[in-house]
Amino acid sequence: MLIVIIALLPTSVFGIYNFGLRALIHMLISVATAVLCEFLMNKIRKQPVTVGDLSAVVTGLMLALNVPVALPFWETALGSAFAIVIVKMLFGGLGQNFMNPALAGRCFLVIAFAADMTNFNCDAYSGATPLASIRAGESVNVMNMLIGKTGGAIGETSALCILLGAIIMILFGVIDLSIPAGYIISFVLFMGVFGGHGFDSTYLVAELCGGGLMLGVFFMATDYVTSPITPVGRVVYGVCCGVLTGLFRCFGANADGVSFAIILSNLMVPVIEKITVPTAFGVVRVREVKKDEKNNS
Amino acid sequence: MAKTFRGGVHPYEGKELTEDKPVVPYEPKGLMVYPLSQHIGAPAVPCVNKGDRVLRGQKIAEAGGFVSAAIFSSVSGTVQSIAPHRVANGDMVSSIIIQNDGLYEEVIFDVAADPYTLSEEEIIGKIKDAGIVGMGGAGFPTHVKLSPKEPAKIDHIIANCSECEPYLTSDYRQMIDDPGSLVEGMKLILTVFRKAKGVFAIEDNKPAAIEAVSELIKGERRMEICVLKTKYPQGGERQLIKAVTGREVNSKMLPADAGCIVDNVATLVAVFNAVKYGRPIMNRLFTVSGDAIEDPQNYLVYTGTSMKELLEEAGNDPEKTAKYISGGPMMGFAMFDTDVPITKTNSSILAFTEDEVSKNKTTACINCGKCVEVCPERLVPSRLAKMADHGDAAGFEKWYGLECIECGSCSFICPAKRPLAQSIRIMKRSVLAAKRKK
Repeated sequence: MLIVIIALLPTSVFGIYNFGLRALIHMLISVATAVLCEFLMNKIRKQPVTVGDLSAVVTGLMLALNVPVALPFWETALGSAFAIVIVKMLFGGLGQNFMNPALAGRCFLVIAFAADMTNFNCDAYSGATPLASIRAGESVNVMNMLIGKTGGAIGETSALCILLGAIIMILFGVIDLSIPAGYIISFVLFMGVFGGHGFDSTYLVAELCGGGLMLGVFFMATDYVTSPITPVGRVVYGVCCGVLTGLFRCFGANADGVSFAIILSNLMVPVIEKITVPTAFGVVRVREVKKDEKNNS
Repeated sequence: MAKTFRGGVHPYEGKELTEDKPVVPYEPKGLMVYPLSQHIGAPAVPCVNKGDRVLRGQKIAEAGGFVSAAIFSSVSGTVQSIAPHRVANGDMVSSIIIQNDGLYEEVIFDVAADPYTLSEEEIIGKIKDAGIVGMGGAGFPTHVKLSPKEPAKIDHIIANCSECEPYLTSDYRQMIDDPGSLVEGMKLILTVFRKAKGVFAIEDNKPAAIEAVSELIKGERRMEICVLKTKYPQGGERQLIKAVTGREVNSKMLPADAGCIVDNVATLVAVFNAVKYGRPIMNRLFTVSGDAIEDPQNYLVYTGTSMKELLEEAGNDPEKTAKYISGGPMMGFAMFDTDVPITKTNSSILAFTEDEVSKNKTTACINCGKCVEVCPERLVPSRLAKMADHGDAAGFEKWYGLECIECGSCSFICPAKRPLAQSIRIMKRSVLAAKRKK
């Protein structure tokens, strides 16, 4: 968990640099609320205190990175409390939740406070986010999107910082590439076919860097608890996320669709695992033999 | 390129404690205990009575069936009693207990002038008469292993020289000190299977052993060395066959179904002694190691010797020992009583000043998938353990729980310190027991 927090630091620091002190306050409030909620739930349910595992810190930080800087602070706190209390603790705490708590918290906020959650105007930036601009048919500055000097949620704008975090996690063996690869490849293919711009590289890079995609691919979709454990299942799940994100972006009402795509895919995990149970060592041979026997008879 | 299998772990090896120490012969002081069940299959049936005088090498129990093995006295002396005695895995097993007279008077053994001219049946017969079983731990009677349904299909005889369990060095010492007996044992088995080639599968952390065996098999057309990557459980039978031949064996198959017969170092040496000199298993190499042992050693012991004696000999203070393990740390048994006899299949006892495992605090499974990465059997240990804890037998079978080889790699790697292999092992037992009832 500590490595995940370290991996989130580049994009967190960039968020503060990009959006100012208010971004830091969001992070502090969100983390504090998450940790406090977990602690209180432990106490109420007379369980051992589990805040030491740092997973609440990760959830709180991720949620803060997923909200626009202009959001009222109390709404961030509410989202964080929802993530921990409803999504995580009521289902049994760490390892038992079936949705990514931070994303569920974000989706809760999007539904509850739709206007606040899509208001990306702030001191630094005003006007449409790059994704909204693409949707409106305007051109966008891809370089700025890579670096992150655009409007958007606090921690999702800088593709480079997120990639830096992703590299840290990969080097430490925290995540592997099966989910991100499945996600990105299927998403690119989907957007190429249905996005209306063909396989135009500028367009595709802009779509990849836009919205919460990068953060979602590397930090949310790869969440152990809510992704399949079977090796093939991970790829299938990544593809699910990619296709759903593409679907929501091309045909949905929202400019972004990452959070909903991932939590819907979270719900499909049990089914994905069921159909991708790895065949045990040496068992394939036997099946082939049986098939041959059938063919012969 | 060293060959290997997919998955596995790299535990601390601990072999430096004993690997460079020459073998020390040890003469037993106390009572000698010979459990009637030292092998897979029916227990042996005693053929001596209380009060009888027996010689070293005398048969004291007959095989109790085809899948069974005879047992021999390793000392001369008097049968004191036939009574239940504790063995290394904690069970009480009916045993022949002999008072050692210290004379080591031997019976006359049937020495073969040229064992390589014997017929297949004669060789297997001699192996059977010597009560030889797999000495790596499982104790499968060797004559049964050498009598597959279709002998003509056997094309690989694999000498399991990988000794992948940490701390164990008895097979290694055998390869360094006396590789000749090992190679001769292989030659005899190749006489039985005329179409097969003999492969010595050795991990690449044992270069001296690779060199010693290579030197001896120079010019032997039917023998070769296969260098394996050092990784646990490389010496697991199925993993070994995969690494050497690329073939996969599952729980319902025997190695012979993949054209292989696998025997470990000590077993091949025993085969040579049995066929050439007519000598049954009476001694074996035995490692005493761990950080609670003052002077870790490889001993040449008489079977039936109490492990407790060897611990004292090697300088172990029971007061300062938190844990005793019979066998290797990965698959061995934790012991509550060390006064147990060394049988044909015991290769070591380890003593540790700290019980690291019981100090571990188990936390929640976060589905990280490390256990899936390391499982050599391509299973999903965390799921299987959950099904085991919930008693979900159907799910357990569907997720191939019965294929588990109980190597313990999942428990070893688990960041939440969950006892995965232990849960799976218990469930496997109960599922198999339920199947037998049907």
